[in-house]
Amino acid sequence: MFSIYSRRLFVNRLNLVMALAAMAFGLSFLLWILFTLFQAGFNAFSLDLFTQTTPPPGSKGGLLNAIMGSLSMAAIGTLLGTPVGIFAGIYLAEYGSRGWLAPSTRFINDILLSAPSIIIGLFIYAIYVLQAGHFSAWAGSVALALIVIPVVVRTTENMLRLVPDSLREAAVALGTPQWKMILMVTLRSVRAGIMTGVLLAVARISGETAPLLFTALNNQFWTTNLNAPMSNLPVVIFQFAMSPYKDWQALAWAGALLITLAVLVLNIVARILFRQGSAR
Amino acid sequence: MKSETAATRSDSAAAPVATKMAIRHLDFFYGKFQALKDINLDIEERRVTAFIGPSGCGKSTLLRTLNRMYLLYPGQRAAGEIMLDGSNILDPGTDLNKLRAKVGMVFQKPTPFPMSIYDNIAFGVRLYEKLSRRQMDERVEWALTKAAMWDEAKDKLKQSGMALSGGQQQRLCIARAVAVKPEVVLLDEPTSALDPLSTARIEELVHDLKKDFTIAIVTHNMQQAARISDYTGYMYLGELIEFGVTDTIFIKPAKKETEDYITGRFG
Repeated sequence: MFSIYSRRLFVNRLNLVMALAAMAFGLSFLLWILFTLFQAGFNAFSLDLFTQTTPPPGSKGGLLNAIMGSLSMAAIGTLLGTPVGIFAGIYLAEYGSRGWLAPSTRFINDILLSAPSIIIGLFIYAIYVLQAGHFSAWAGSVALALIVIPVVVRTTENMLRLVPDSLREAAVALGTPQWKMILMVTLRSVRAGIMTGVLLAVARISGETAPLLFTALNNQFWTTNLNAPMSNLPVVIFQFAMSPYKDWQALAWAGALLITLAVLVLNIVARILFRQGSAR
Repeated sequence: MKSETAATRSDSAAAPVATKMAIRHLDFFYGKFQALKDINLDIEERRVTAFIGPSGCGKSTLLRTLNRMYLLYPGQRAAGEIMLDGSNILDPGTDLNKLRAKVGMVFQKPTPFPMSIYDNIAFGVRLYEKLSRRQMDERVEWALTKAAMWDEAKDKLKQSGMALSGGQQQRLCIARAVAVKPEVVLLDEPTSALDPLSTARIEELVHDLKKDFTIAIVTHNMQQAARISDYTGYMYLGELIEFGVTDTIFIKPAKKETEDYITGRFG
């Protein structure tokens, strides 16, 4: 009997060691990436980054146009995609218990969720950029919105499904119409969760390169015209990092660090928000 | 097995009774499974009617047909007749929201909405009445007083209803149900998640509430049914085995099954 017990202790320790080793293996790559990124990115960090536009090779410059472009396209993409995503999520969770429409929508949404983003870029290229005859920030924003939608649909539905049916019954038992019950009771009780989902979607699109490559492309200059090509961090990083010029490569590192920091902050805010929301 | 409603009810309480809801030949199905079989009984106005029986006997199902709560879920349906104020609420044309405003419900687990205590109570009222600020204040106070909550809640009306204790939350839910001035209040095991002290308060409350409302309560606790109800129905496997004046059911039940259950030989 004692030997069974010590054997169990040994197996327990063995599993613990293996789990720790696996974690360390995965984590080491993440830390390596972050370390390289910080090392190379910080060297290129300066105030110019936020005040100058992207330079021609060999001269000084920054990433102002790319930062602003990324911010505006991410903002428009989020504004376009979030309402659609929330409404669709509400439909799936609250109305979709009968019939075939909700299961099919859920299935297609899951495909969209895992679709390679380059396909979304090509899709917008085919139906919008080719028709319009030019790349534009609008096309970029729409492509980003298409990436936001499935993420928000999924989180909204999942969050609403966490609401116990007893809360719905309680609202309905007062004679509440269904839309009012959803708006005032169920949606309200998962506000924090849905906000978290939206923030995670923003974090996701702020690093997307492929959909912008085929839609917004890039622009060497500062522009606020949404109907023209617009610069953005991911595509600038892509182009500058592939270039033979040392100063462009340095800017690419700085841009990569900027995006990483932004995504990190978004994730932290999302976590804090969610924790506060669920601690209530 | 049919119920023997009329026979046992004649020796009832002194005050005149009027039927509020008349249930006739009620069947209920979860998909293909029949959960209620030919239920017949009257729920009397301003009286407490209790339903007892072992788990799965259909007593909660019966309660949920009275405000048609089951319609939230696909595959559930009821057949038969439930007359309320001269119309059959099972008719397809019934306005469900109006029905539920008239037949309120309180559930097993307290279900405060994610909003302040005040708004929890005002929520249902706002759906059907346009009250001034002052009238609404009065209504909230009235409802909280009815639910014996006013003294505890008056200083924290703006606080979240979710921050209250379980017993307080349940009384808040009763206040919320009462605030819309329903005619019938359905209580689905309202004290099963509460401690004995909170349970006692809710039982007192039910006693007070029957002055204004018709009450139907489902309970697992037979002593509770004996303490607070005027009429009791014993259900088993989807059938109403016996229905009548509570004292008769508990002291001199007509059916052997009822006696076995009440005396604890079964269930």
